[in-house]
Amino acid sequence: MMLSGWGRFPQQWCALHQPRSEDELRALLVQGPRIARGNGRGYGDCAMQRNATLEMRGFSRMLAFEAETGQLVAEAGVMLADVIATFLPRGWFVPVTPGTKFVTIGGMVASDVHGKNHHRVGTFGRFVDWIDLMGEDGEVRRCSPQENAELFGWTIGGMGLTGVILRVAFRLRRVESAYIRQTTLPARNLDHVMALFEEHQAATYSVAWIDCLNTGSGLGRSALMLGEHARADELPRDRRAAPFAVPKKRARTIPIDLPRAALGRMTVKAFNALYYRNARAAAGEKLVDWDSYFYPLDAILEWNRIYGSRGFMQFQCVLPLASAHAGLGELLRAITASGQSSFLSVLKRMGAEHGPFSFPLEGYTLALDFPFSQEAARLIERLDAITLDHGGRFYLAKDARMSAATLRRSDHRADAFTVLRHDKGMTNFRSSQSERLCL
Amino acid sequence: MTAPTVLIIGARSDIGMALAHHYAAAGHRVQLAARRMAEMEADAADIALRHGTSTSVHDLDILEPGSFAAFLDHLPVLPEVAICVVGLLGDQATAQTDLEAARLTMRSNYEGPALLTGLIANRMEKRGSGTIIGISSVAGERGRASNYIYGSAKAGYTAFLSGLRNRLSKSGVHVMTVLPGFVRTRMTAGMDLPARLTAEPAAVAEAIYRAAAKRRDVIYAKPVWRLVMTVIRAIPEGIFKGIKL
Ligand SMILES: Cc1cc2nc3c(=O)[nH]c(=O)nc-3n(C[C@H](O)[C@H](O)[C@H](O)COP(=O)(O)OP(=O)(O)OC[C@H]3O[C@@H](n4cnc5c(N)ncnc54)[C@H](O)[C@@H]3O)c2cc1C
Ligand SMILES: NC(=O)c1ccc[n+]([C@@H]2O[C@H](COP(=O)([O-])OP(=O)(O)OC[C@H]3O[C@@H](n4cnc5c(N)ncnc54)[C@H](OP(=O)(O)O)[C@@H]3O)[C@@H](O)[C@H]2O)c1
Repeated sequence: MMLSGWGRFPQQWCALHQPRSEDELRALLVQGPRIARGNGRGYGDCAMQRNATLEMRGFSRMLAFEAETGQLVAEAGVMLADVIATFLPRGWFVPVTPGTKFVTIGGMVASDVHGKNHHRVGTFGRFVDWIDLMGEDGEVRRCSPQENAELFGWTIGGMGLTGVILRVAFRLRRVESAYIRQTTLPARNLDHVMALFEEHQAATYSVAWIDCLNTGSGLGRSALMLGEHARADELPRDRRAAPFAVPKKRARTIPIDLPRAALGRMTVKAFNALYYRNARAAAGEKLVDWDSYFYPLDAILEWNRIYGSRGFMQFQCVLPLASAHAGLGELLRAITASGQSSFLSVLKRMGAEHGPFSFPLEGYTLALDFPFSQEAARLIERLDAITLDHGGRFYLAKDARMSAATLRRSDHRADAFTVLRHDKGMTNFRSSQSERLCL
Repeated sequence: MTAPTVLIIGARSDIGMALAHHYAAAGHRVQLAARRMAEMEADAADIALRHGTSTSVHDLDILEPGSFAAFLDHLPVLPEVAICVVGLLGDQATAQTDLEAARLTMRSNYEGPALLTGLIANRMEKRGSGTIIGISSVAGERGRASNYIYGSAKAGYTAFLSGLRNRLSKSGVHVMTVLPGFVRTRMTAGMDLPARLTAEPAAVAEAIYRAAAKRRDVIYAKPVWRLVMTVIRAIPEGIFKGIKL
């Protein structure tokens, strides 16, 4: 059937299988190139393979939980949303979360996702105790820092290219309530927001929404949002009795593909101005429930349709600390000069690099999205070049169009991965992305 | 007080698992019965973790009526609600010529489910309370060329449930017949099903849960099927036999 990632570009016909048991999965592995797919929230072509795409949603059981350590053992197809629904009412939360709860645990490991707390705790992989991985030979191997350590390392952030993740043991963290104390700080420009990030390194969560249309001295004006898990005694009196209860909200769905004009430059400009004004008005602290804080976009199901049927392209790079200021300035100037507008532009300070193939490194990451067009594609190539010039690299979970050469220039680890995949007999785990990137 | 225990016979099926989750979420203890029960341990763990209820698994082959009494004896308790989900679609073309294949379909959809539900009914009758829910099918409402071997067995089960309900109407035991139309499950995987007539397993489970609470007698898991089947039943046989269905 026709498949795509969350960005709806590219779309490609793929033979989709939905195995339900290890035996069914094993039988599918003998049939040549194949890749695992979680919930398809990767933006580009990382979870697609024409020959055989193996959707893991059928492996959706939680198997064991240990309250002393917070360790949860779950099958790879378990949804993050289900983990939260099950454990938050009991006082547990995931240690690291991406900006949507509609991802699978397998997908979170394969992309080694980072959250708003990366500067403090690192990626999701840091909380993984072990992984059961099915290799090309159909064998299931327990991988951990002690056992099959090399495979363990490359599987975290390995984009499904080391095998199929079956089960993951990872640790949840304790929380006292379902609420976050959010502080919003307006920032005049890039200098200002970066200074604020550095000043607030101790905050548990930090992320900035950045306006990509302003120029001159207002280039990079943003709203920085800090967050802390609220203690039970920090809740208003009437909520203290039930600190995990959150009023129910209705999810809305974008009913049809919007015409492209609906997301014109004007809309975005108005949106950004409004957002910045709100940030100023709302500056100071407020209590926000977990769902609104971590997953604002999830409240609008299928929001990817606002970009119309041609889809959109994501761009996310990370620049090392030393060159981040210069690099970000150039990236923002390239965007404003192009006249293209990014609907959601997110800036975040990242902590130290970890693991053989995970995306983050110490510095700043910028995530952007553009409705699909030739001009946007040209702009993104320009952004690629700027990133390369400043020693940055790209997030594969967002990528749909980078060239193999760009990947290799940005990330010297790619060659080592290719060699490992040949030596260890993993080359039949292949996505459209890995074929494009010659991994 | 803990909510009553629910037995799900044929628990591995998609509808069975959806029922198990739905009842467990509502606080019921669930007993999962299926063949190859060892594989069900993970499902039981999942249900217990998600819903914080206790769950047990029990081995049962619906083709072995000799084992039914012992199976019931070994349950931790005689359940308040017993739901039989077991079924086998089989391949119509094969079953037309292969007697063993036809017999397997008949036994899996009629003989086994009817004998086991009958046995449970007797025990519930003795206790003076309980609910029996049998999953039959709209296919049992009228024989069609494309699936009449399955359909006839389901027709038998539907008639059995209706007789049981009649017999037990004054006993405190309630019998509910479920006639699903198309449901998106393993049974129908790969079939091109019309979206408006097709239900998701979770929706079927919810419909069953709500109808059982209201002690309904016969439900179509998706209401539109009541209309569809009224029309299909009304077509005179002389015309019906000529239609390709
Ligand atoms: C709105 C939104 C916000 C996001 N925010 C963030 C963010 O803040 N931080 C961040 O890091 N990411 C973010 N992402 C990206 C997302 O977290 C990742 O793409 C994640 O991998 C998606 O998980 P999935 O289950 O949908 O996997 P898919 O998209 O289906 O697959 C992603 C990759 O994982 C591999 N994979 C999936 N399951 C398995 C398995 N069982 N075994 C082996 N490999 C497997 C696939 O082969 C593929 O390479 C965001 C995405 C969206 C849509
Ligand atoms: N799907 C539909 O469109 C549809 C429509 C109308 C009615 N129904 C009815 O709904 C019920 C559930 O079906 P489903 O759609 O969920 O399909 P399913 O997954 O194929 O369920 C059938 C179940 O019956 C079990 N079973 C078969 N033979 C058995 C035996 N000898 N002993 C023990 N268990 C046995 C199967 O167990 P194993 O897992 O061990 O094979 C399976 O779990 C069935 O009665 C079916 O006839 C379905």
